[in-house]
Amino acid sequence: MKNENEDNNRRKFLKFGLLAGGATIAGLALQQKILGDSPADTGKKVKVLTAEGKLVEVDSSHVTHHVNEIDLTESQIREGIEGRKFVMVIDLARCANERKCVEGCQKMHNTLPPIEYLKVKRMQDAELTAPYWFPQMCYHCDNPPCTKVCPVDATFKRSDGIVAVDSDRCIGCKFCMAACPYSARSFNFGRPEQVEFNEKHPCKEDESCCSTKSSTVGTVSKCDFCPSHAEKGELPSCVTECPNGTIFFGDENEDTVSNGEETFRLKELLKSRAGYRQFEELGTKPRVYYLPPVKRQFPFEEATEVHNKEE
Amino acid sequence: MSGNNITAEKTTYETFTQEEYMVMKDELLRPVQRIGTWGKVWIAFLVTLCLLGLYAYYIQETRSKYVTVSLRDYTMWGVYISNFVFFVALSLIGVLMSAVLKLTNFEWYRPLSRIAEVIAVAAIMLAGVSIVAAMGRPDRLHFLFIHGRIQSPIVWDIIVIITYIATSMVLLFIPLIPSLSTCKNHLHNKPKWQMKMYELLSFGWEGTAEQWKILKKSIRILTIMVIPLGVSIHTVTAWLFATTLRAEWDSTNFGAYFVSGAFLLGVAGMIVAVFAIRKAYKLENYLTPMHFDKLGQALVLMSFIYIYFNINEYLVPAYKMSGLHANHLLDLFVGEDAKMYWTVVICGMLVPAILPLFKSMRKPLPLTIIAVVVVIAAWFKRYLIVIPGLAHPYLPIQDVPDSWRHYSPSLVEMTIVVATFAAMMLIVTLFSRFFPIISVWEVAEGKLEGKDEIINYK
Repeated sequence: MKNENEDNNRRKFLKFGLLAGGATIAGLALQQKILGDSPADTGKKVKVLTAEGKLVEVDSSHVTHHVNEIDLTESQIREGIEGRKFVMVIDLARCANERKCVEGCQKMHNTLPPIEYLKVKRMQDAELTAPYWFPQMCYHCDNPPCTKVCPVDATFKRSDGIVAVDSDRCIGCKFCMAACPYSARSFNFGRPEQVEFNEKHPCKEDESCCSTKSSTVGTVSKCDFCPSHAEKGELPSCVTECPNGTIFFGDENEDTVSNGEETFRLKELLKSRAGYRQFEELGTKPRVYYLPPVKRQFPFEEATEVHNKEE
Repeated sequence: MSGNNITAEKTTYETFTQEEYMVMKDELLRPVQRIGTWGKVWIAFLVTLCLLGLYAYYIQETRSKYVTVSLRDYTMWGVYISNFVFFVALSLIGVLMSAVLKLTNFEWYRPLSRIAEVIAVAAIMLAGVSIVAAMGRPDRLHFLFIHGRIQSPIVWDIIVIITYIATSMVLLFIPLIPSLSTCKNHLHNKPKWQMKMYELLSFGWEGTAEQWKILKKSIRILTIMVIPLGVSIHTVTAWLFATTLRAEWDSTNFGAYFVSGAFLLGVAGMIVAVFAIRKAYKLENYLTPMHFDKLGQALVLMSFIYIYFNINEYLVPAYKMSGLHANHLLDLFVGEDAKMYWTVVICGMLVPAILPLFKSMRKPLPLTIIAVVVVIAAWFKRYLIVIPGLAHPYLPIQDVPDSWRHYSPSLVEMTIVVATFAAMMLIVTLFSRFFPIISVWEVAEGKLEGKDEIINYK
């Protein structure tokens, strides 16, 4: 049972890498079209995202998916989606602590409370300043303290900015957890309810939750920016689940971030809204930016219940 | 067994006919020659504790760790890691009590050196065991060798620890060779395999002048080597913490702070071991009140050095009380862990710094009581270094069950910790039952060179 799961996971991981290759080739084909070298139209339209962040319809003949059978080496899987630089922006003015992002994340990654890859914290910087809600996950730092200390290269930085964990490699020393100043990582201690849940909900190949194998007992897991969604051009679960559009996800290379309804130029948004990163002074260079909680959409309300009280 | 003797008469140590030497040899071989009832009970007791530890580990590995251990996402390192730090610190006993004393010509090292080296080897092994107990996937231990990355402080630690184990074992073994020959020639009524073992391990030692020359030279080289190695193992162990961005470990003082603490623990551990061996094997003629007097003085010196580093480590950040450190420091000074913190400061630093200043406190029994207190406090000191800070990260801990905020070790964890202590004592005990725990020739050598002060038995 367990082996089968691991096999599935591995296949999924491989497939993800293959798709990554496919996407690049699709992009090249699009470029060819623009250059005027066009093959015969098929009449079937597909939607693609341009470099400007616009969704356009083109004929399917201009897009080719090369899902080839070549075996990807481990190092290629670890490289990430070529040409991308994922980034997240969290607008603190919009967060009302509805915790839909937390639930969406748990559903996506097959985790049960109290395990939260994404947490919503009540923050108050000083006595006289206003409290605010603070969604927080792995910041996928550009200078990640966690990947440095890993003795076996089980956690690593990919070219697309994602800090990933290979749970087939992780030895469970938890050094990365000690190194992370944001406490963003979670360890699978094999909580009985969680193990049972994972057995009842084994990974199927078409489930995107399985691209990171967080169900492996005795290893470290965390927010992974939902790379299987990103690959398909979809937004991470926390972004789509938020009813207030608090969380924006995008690509720094494209200079766009979107919460599914609104799309912004990343640099302009950060400039106009005075974006910042948490604990800049630690030098970790997070890929998650915050917009300060000014001109709030909701008045701050204290949480009415304590979450995850049960063991 | 001095150089004079050998070169002058071309004789082997077997012809060492002095009456005193024969008495000495008999006395030092006595623990090997005969194991009394209490000796057997003691071994059985330790074996039982070790088996209990193995059983606890079996439970830990076969059942859910969420249930068997108290570790959670915030306090992800617990007593296994603090126990690891404790044992690495204890293993520096070999550096201080054998190598440093030897090289600085403190002649009273002679009956102590082997005791120190056995403890060092045992402690560093148990440090390794503690780390494996802490691993989430011990079945992937070999990944460290297949996929090891030199960037990781864990890999540095493995490299220096393995080097230190190897060096310490060789350093334990080489001075043992003449003793093995003594065992072979003078023990009787021992099983055949045991005599065969002495025969094999003594590598045809005859005690020729040339053999002595090589032996002495190798010991000297290894003794010099083991000092930087010992300092490295504990410094790198400190870096496991200091290379992270966490406020409580973010200190440039950490390496020296750890090493100084290890030296204090080393002296205290030595006092306890000397007292136990002296009583159990009736070696009062060799482990004398003079040794306790000297060790008591060393304890004072090491305490003051450790206090110095503690002031640097805690009071300087406390003066500034920066937002990043306040969380952790206030917890230690006045918060949840204050009781343990101040008890450790008093018992682990002030008591050994002040009490042995008085001569009457440097007598065997009072000094041993002080040393036991210091060893216990030293274990809790490592607990305080590793654990409370983890529960006070930069971002507040919210929306978690109570057990995620407050760590207290589970029964399984404590059983394994107790078992590591039992295993360490078992290794030392078994060693002392197969090999002379006090080096016969080293003591004899000291005697021959007219340094009566060292073995003041008349």
